[in-house]
Amino acid sequence: MAQIELNEIAHSYIANPKGPADYALKRIHHIWEDGGAYALLGPSGCGKTTLLNIISGLLTPSEGRVLYDGWEVTGLPPEKRNIAQVFQFPVLYDTMTVYDNLAFPLRNRKIAENEVDSRVLEVADILDLTPDLKKKAAGLTADAKQKISLGRGLVRSDVAAILFDEPLTVIDPHLKWHLRRKLKEIHDQLQLTLIYVTHDQVEAMTFADKVMVMFEGEIVQVGTPEELFENPNHTFVGYFIGSPGMNFLPCTLVGNVARVGGTSIILDDEVAALGRKAKGALELGIRPMYLEVHGRAVNGGIPVRIKAVEDQGTFKILTLTLEGQVVRARLPEDKAVPDDMAWVRFPPERTKLFADGRLVKRAG
Amino acid sequence: MEKWENNKAWFLILPVFIIVAFSAIIPLMTVVNYSVQDIFGPGQRVFVGTEWFEEVLSDKRLHDALWRQFLFSGLVLLIEIPLGILIALMMPKRGWGVSVCLVTLALPLLIPWNVIGTIWIIFTRPDIGLLGAAINSFGVAFDHTAAPMDAWITLILMEVWHWTPLVTLLAYAGLRAIPEAYYQAAKIDGASAWATFRYIQLPKMRGVLTIAVLLRFMDSFLIYAEPFVLTGGGPGNSTTFLSIYLVKIAVGQFDLGPAAAFSLVYFLVVLLFSWLFYQALQNVGKGREG
Repeated sequence: MAQIELNEIAHSYIANPKGPADYALKRIHHIWEDGGAYALLGPSGCGKTTLLNIISGLLTPSEGRVLYDGWEVTGLPPEKRNIAQVFQFPVLYDTMTVYDNLAFPLRNRKIAENEVDSRVLEVADILDLTPDLKKKAAGLTADAKQKISLGRGLVRSDVAAILFDEPLTVIDPHLKWHLRRKLKEIHDQLQLTLIYVTHDQVEAMTFADKVMVMFEGEIVQVGTPEELFENPNHTFVGYFIGSPGMNFLPCTLVGNVARVGGTSIILDDEVAALGRKAKGALELGIRPMYLEVHGRAVNGGIPVRIKAVEDQGTFKILTLTLEGQVVRARLPEDKAVPDDMAWVRFPPERTKLFADGRLVKRAG
Repeated sequence: MEKWENNKAWFLILPVFIIVAFSAIIPLMTVVNYSVQDIFGPGQRVFVGTEWFEEVLSDKRLHDALWRQFLFSGLVLLIEIPLGILIALMMPKRGWGVSVCLVTLALPLLIPWNVIGTIWIIFTRPDIGLLGAAINSFGVAFDHTAAPMDAWITLILMEVWHWTPLVTLLAYAGLRAIPEAYYQAAKIDGASAWATFRYIQLPKMRGVLTIAVLLRFMDSFLIYAEPFVLTGGGPGNSTTFLSIYLVKIAVGQFDLGPAAAFSLVYFLVVLLFSWLFYQALQNVGKGREG
């Protein structure tokens, strides 16, 4: 177990990168604390797997250093680092039994056979694989196979961290929650550092203590699921986290009033003051669940047209048009939906301002 | 649906039956026909039962040719399969080197078989052949037309040169089909190069290697053109393989009855051994299930 530090890491798959566009990872500087459960969340192609492979040593970064507990491991191959990685598709040694699969990483490291035996039995017990130990690995179901891949990481007593690269992609939905809970249990039990790559926000939010959102080769925000939801640092985080994502409306500032087309929305005084100093194009952002919807004109209410109502069971999603732009609101299922017209209010404490995509906030 | 109506489906597979009948069954039945009769000419035929089979099966020269054939196929498989895999493992994985290697490897496969025999006759001639003259210049007497051992060495060399590329191409295709994650997982697990080969590459190549072993066994067991051109079965009978002996009986002596019986036995031996190889390769590594 160890703390993992990425020091000014950047990576390009091109030999002589010219501009920022040539980099798969732009500049990553981050410390993963010992024993944490982290999720790396982002859309396909944002550099999640690249980052993971740099941590495990399958890739050597073009720039920067990787440190485990302060020891530099940048140039070391994966087998020389104390790291385990579970891949998107279960990797098994088909011709071996489940037992031999689990023992493989230990035997490769020339560990005494009696210790191998006790480790394998222990890990098989944690993963509920004991009844399958003597079976050939090839004939098992996808989730059992993925458990074996995971077990090959757990079986080593020296691992600093286990990295997961979208490990539940090929697992049936009804088994996903079971495996996810198993992972959580293992984390609580063994206090291992886990880094979990996914593009599924629900998976990230339920699994991790800290979620890192990646976008175009950068970590745009690190935080608890609540922080990401309440205070997205970047319009991408606002859009990517939450279902549906945050509403964004381009605006201009006049005093503490944001003007969207001909409509005025009153902002928090402090936010407005910071916003006037900020550079770049301004956008207003609000979560659909914080947008107040009223059936009749209210003080500060802005008239909108209702285009569609989607009933999602426990809540409803309203699609509204405000100054020609689409805005979504989320209502509890028991709340009545106005017919054609509605009035929406932007609660100032919930209304965020973004300049050039970044959240306008107090420094520090 | 009525069963009769459903039988219209037979019409759809009828063309296949007709093609198979003309390409395999009818010619095969002709051989069966010859093998149980003594035919002198049109309308002059005598049913002889199993006489030809008995004659062929007790033929000492056929026994010798059969053992020679097994030795030849065995040596060919033992050399070509490991060598083919080894070359495939050493081939580049990407870049311009791939096409260069593939084209170079495929060259021997594109040459007509009797031309290959001719190439090797010249190549190994003790007086002017590049290889033959080179060996003789070191003071080693090497002449495939005189010494049985030299004839065998030349034949095996020619066969390996000719057909190892096929094994390599198949093995290479099998290797390229292994997802990158397997190699990455092996690195993480600290597997040595040998362990990676033994537990990932070899099991993943089983399918293509089954085909390679079957093709190489059948082809080498039926080999005719190259030894016919290179040694003509000699010196003596030292390289007289089954097909060469068969042609001697059928065309040389015009004993069509025994030749037909011989062909059927030959066919059944190839079929039997191909089946055995197939079963063995399918079950390898699948035992101990439970």
